[in-house]
Amino acid sequence: MASLNDYLLVSGLLFAIGLAGVIIRSNIIVIFMCLELMLAAASLTLVAFSRFNVSSNGLPDYDGQVFVFFIITVAAAEVAVGLAIIVALYRARQTINVEDLTSMRG
Amino acid sequence: MDQFLFYLFGFLALGGGLLLVGFRNPVSSALSMVVSFIGLAGLFIGLNAYFVGIVQILVYAGAIMVLFIFIIMLLDLNNEKPFQFRSATILGGLAIPLLFAIQVLGVIQKGPAEHSEKFPLITEETLQQAADGFALKSDGELLPASEQTAIYRSLAHQDSPKLPDTNLIGETIFKHYNMPLQIMGVLLLVATVGVVVLSKRSSKNANKQN
Repeated sequence: MASLNDYLLVSGLLFAIGLAGVIIRSNIIVIFMCLELMLAAASLTLVAFSRFNVSSNGLPDYDGQVFVFFIITVAAAEVAVGLAIIVALYRARQTINVEDLTSMRG
Repeated sequence: MDQFLFYLFGFLALGGGLLLVGFRNPVSSALSMVVSFIGLAGLFIGLNAYFVGIVQILVYAGAIMVLFIFIIMLLDLNNEKPFQFRSATILGGLAIPLLFAIQVLGVIQKGPAEHSEKFPLITEETLQQAADGFALKSDGELLPASEQTAIYRSLAHQDSPKLPDTNLIGETIFKHYNMPLQIMGVLLLVATVGVVVLSKRSSKNANKQN
């Protein structure tokens, strides 16, 4: 049986992989997917703490899982708006490569 | 067996994440994102969070993955050109996550010893005790049978004890998080309207340019 630390380690590594993708990749859609991966890693932490923090009646503490439910809802709304912005960006500039989008560089 | 499943799903989640960063083709990246999320859903189910695991598969592997692949195919993207990254980007992209991972490792190793214990299993006695708790009023008196909640009934009257995960989450959401739930509904409405406005404005601009 895995311990709380094992789950936290998997979650931290998943978050680090997502962070590496956000920094390294130049395709804005893949950056967006890596952001989703980081959100999901955070929800793994919440579920692990919810399961290991047993409340007084012997059941898991369900507050953490409710937060994960809300995170999933916000992530779905975020993906819809973000992809609409990406499509608008592609129509305006004909590129989704972040290295080519330099009009705001100081 | 539990340990083996933890390693299997943890490997799926981490391997899918690495492939997501590594693949040059965006469609392959989207599919490896789904592999990663399925591994993550397996970890959720191993933590007795059945509802969250199923919702994870439905929303991410069902809806969000289809949306990503639809946009990738709509924009008709080619593969990224090889070796167009600057070395500073690669260096920063490896160093910062590595520093973060080392910090996480340090925090976990210095944590209190009781956190390395495995979680207590949910037994028949636990479920029965929880059922008794649901049947009581706040002053310790037993509720009349007509007012006993569905959760109490599903906990108390079953032959093989199962965790009524969805019932308990629903009870928590609607009793303690009712206001955030309604705000979430407004957020979804705002997102829908926002997407419509965004795509409408950009098509008007395209017409002006033509």
